[in-house]
Amino acid sequence: MYTASDLRKGLRIKIENDPYIVTEFNFVKPGKGQALYRCKLKNMVNGNQFERTFRSVDIFETADLQEKKMQYLYREEGKYCFMDNQSYEQVFLSADQVGEAKYFLLDNIEVEILFFEDRPLGISLPNFIDVVVTKADPWAKGDSVSGNTKPVTVQTGYQLQVPPFIEEGEKIRIDTRSGEYLTRVKG
Amino acid sequence: MDEDWRLTGKSEVLRIRAAMTRSIRRFFQDQDFLECETPLRIPAPAPESNIDTVASGEWFLQTSPELCMKRLLAAGYPKIFQICKCFRAGERGALHLPEFTMLEWYRTGTDYRTLMDDCEGLIARVAGELGLGGAVSWQGRRIALLPPWERITVREAFARYAGLSVEEALRRDCFDETMVCAIEPRLGMERPVFLYEYPAELAALARVNAENAEVAERFELYIAGLELANAFSELTDAAEQRRRFEEASRDRRLKNCPAHPLPERFLQALSRMPPSAGIALGMDRLAMILTDQVKIDDVVAFTPESL
Repeated sequence: MYTASDLRKGLRIKIENDPYIVTEFNFVKPGKGQALYRCKLKNMVNGNQFERTFRSVDIFETADLQEKKMQYLYREEGKYCFMDNQSYEQVFLSADQVGEAKYFLLDNIEVEILFFEDRPLGISLPNFIDVVVTKADPWAKGDSVSGNTKPVTVQTGYQLQVPPFIEEGEKIRIDTRSGEYLTRVKG
Repeated sequence: MDEDWRLTGKSEVLRIRAAMTRSIRRFFQDQDFLECETPLRIPAPAPESNIDTVASGEWFLQTSPELCMKRLLAAGYPKIFQICKCFRAGERGALHLPEFTMLEWYRTGTDYRTLMDDCEGLIARVAGELGLGGAVSWQGRRIALLPPWERITVREAFARYAGLSVEEALRRDCFDETMVCAIEPRLGMERPVFLYEYPAELAALARVNAENAEVAERFELYIAGLELANAFSELTDAAEQRRRFEEASRDRRLKNCPAHPLPERFLQALSRMPPSAGIALGMDRLAMILTDQVKIDDVVAFTPESL
């Protein structure tokens, strides 16, 4: 069971026998009024989305989903193939099911594949991945105090904003939930 | 290096915020307001149904400085203001920090309409001194700040934006939801809006309107959909105030919220307090408007998560 104050982006709950994922979450409180939790929910089976506002007294059932550790193998004709390293069972996910995670699929990376009644629904990545910067403009020295950023491309083709001192060939850590730069990785 | 980069990235916003605070102080000093400091740690906060306190030893961190400030009014101080930290448990979101900065000011011998004029004068002057001219640009919109600003009643706002009467919303127990989803996002998008005359049951420390007992003399200021300030013609009837506090305490017990002792010294002082008006304005949110930021995180150097 969850209460409304447990709600956050990425939480999975069950509503009327379907699993839902919280895709957007906002804590709001009108002047002198009660705390409200505005959510966008996505049906994890059919992808339908809707908005709903909960109160702190609302409770939710946990969605009974199974997650399996699987390894990313390859992509073919818009399908992504993953394998269970124990049973060698392979499953395919569509581009829609993989979603934004495609930016962080390193070769052979181990991910969690989510199943609802034996059907693969989606993928969850490790929260942090380390990737090599493959394209970056050189750092103009003396630019470090302005707090500005520059765009770089990493080995998966993903582009993001990083501090100006990051150079080509360096490894950086990305938070896969926000897609944002976290820190430089030494060595 | 990463930590420094995050903090130096906020330097421009923090610079504007500091200038805003200086400009606010000048505004009040120029009108002979007394700047006061009241304790952050208090034994008995005002019981409110929807505001949770942070305990500090046997006492509590203030959720607003209003009780001590009103005791100053009762003692004869006519115009006072304060910039201070307030603490509210469990409030964290794009517009909420559990520790935030409040500006409160009070005037005796007047009602909440004077505070609307104050807001217009204050924010127009601050924007002017920051070099923004007569408007702020916020997320690609131009919001004109030159007075007079729009004034609409809660009744009108419900009819205009929600197609629902206030009574209907209260009966169906969806007042807050309607406010948040249908009304607030549309307030103050072209110029600031004063939303006024709240249902009497939603204004714990406000005076009921003399001509219409169903509404309280309370307003909220909105700019760009953000609730910036809450103001009252203050209730000065100590017996009525005690009744409302007891009702809020009962409500808190029903919701299993921690109990607070009643602020007895405040209640004693209230019977001596002259007719007054008071307002609380969120400084962090004003900084958001003036620096074009959508997250409160971006107008403070440190969030609780970064500590």
